[in-house]
Amino acid sequence: MTAVLENSTDTSGSESQAGAVSSFQVTLKIRRYNPEVASEPYWEEHTVTAHGTDRVLDALHKIKWELDGSLTFRRSCAHGVCGSDAMRINGRNRLACKTLLKDINPDKPITVEAIKGLPVLKDLVVDMEPFFASYREIMPFLITSGNEPSRENIQSQADRDRFDDTTKCILCAACTSSCPVFWTDGQYFGPAAIVNAHRFIFDSRDQGGTQRLEVLNDKEGVWRCRTTFNCTEACPRGIEVTKAIQEVKRAMITRAF
Amino acid sequence: MPTAPAGTLYRGREGMWSWVAHRVTGVSIFFFLLVHVLDTSLVRVSPEAYNAVIGTYQTPIMGLGEAGLVAAIVFHAFNGLRIALVDFWSEGARYQRVMLWVVLGLLVVTMAGFLPRHLMNVFGAE
Ligand code: SF4
Ligand code: FES
Repeated sequence: MTAVLENSTDTSGSESQAGAVSSFQVTLKIRRYNPEVASEPYWEEHTVTAHGTDRVLDALHKIKWELDGSLTFRRSCAHGVCGSDAMRINGRNRLACKTLLKDINPDKPITVEAIKGLPVLKDLVVDMEPFFASYREIMPFLITSGNEPSRENIQSQADRDRFDDTTKCILCAACTSSCPVFWTDGQYFGPAAIVNAHRFIFDSRDQGGTQRLEVLNDKEGVWRCRTTFNCTEACPRGIEVTKAIQEVKRAMITRAF
Repeated sequence: MPTAPAGTLYRGREGMWSWVAHRVTGVSIFFFLLVHVLDTSLVRVSPEAYNAVIGTYQTPIMGLGEAGLVAAIVFHAFNGLRIALVDFWSEGARYQRVMLWVVLGLLVVTMAGFLPRHLMNVFGAE
């Protein structure tokens, strides 16, 4: 695609043609870590040529493919769907594939670090296991009882809307690893697990609400939340994470009576 | 900016910094109360000792400290109400930022009423 654009610029002979994509130099300051080579992380800078349509992920690709093949990061879909590439870009958690370089001031070096609070394995790759362990604990599947249904389990639009926001989660961990409580207490369930519990607790078809609330009523459950709103700011899907957590807290109080 | 092993500071926004400020003011108020309980209980030991200790507080530096203490208490009180609204009002999470600006506004108004009188007492003659 880039090649086509470059060709069209060439034939028109003018850089300022409409539709032409201007290029610029951008420096990425990446926090590297390789336990097989050194026990300490270090910062490394690379400068690459980027276009106005490029995302941080494109710049990382360019570095990995053309300058330093040892740079390690996760990505799968490259289109904000799989949740693989949450990282701390200029001090905030974002998906590298959804962050345009031009939106985060490419005039200054852009810092890229692994997300906080989970053990770093190499460069930008963290061990997601503690994160998924919390996710599994809230039982992220429909729980029902009684006879096997013989027809569809119909739900009204209003009942569906009740938990619509929390169905959008892609489990990228941007929220959980932006939480100051989670940084200091890795046992805390974290926003993502609560968001996914919310998705079932407020689903009119689900009957496991009481069990899930019991799991989250733990010392390391919802009550750890201090409403710093970092998770809400970080979520690449625009989920109102703190709002969901507060709703679970309130459900715990109201459903107890 | 530290290069290793610490990374950069997480760039949280209003929500995170209000939480930090709430912690800091909370802890400072706690330490003030601790000292305050101690010095007040001195009056039971001996009124002279009490007067001597309280006398050492009548300095401009302590006066500024008192102003800071009042600011900390006012912020902590108003922000506490904001947190209660975030907890119990269904729309609270959506308006947390607006509510923080209201808290800061109320803090400024309260301090504007308190500071002139207080500073006149501390620095003014009589
Ligand atoms: S709630 Fe948002 S930030 Fe958290 S894991 Fe899901 S998609 Fe990622
Ligand atoms: S690579 Fe799939 S979400 Fe970014």
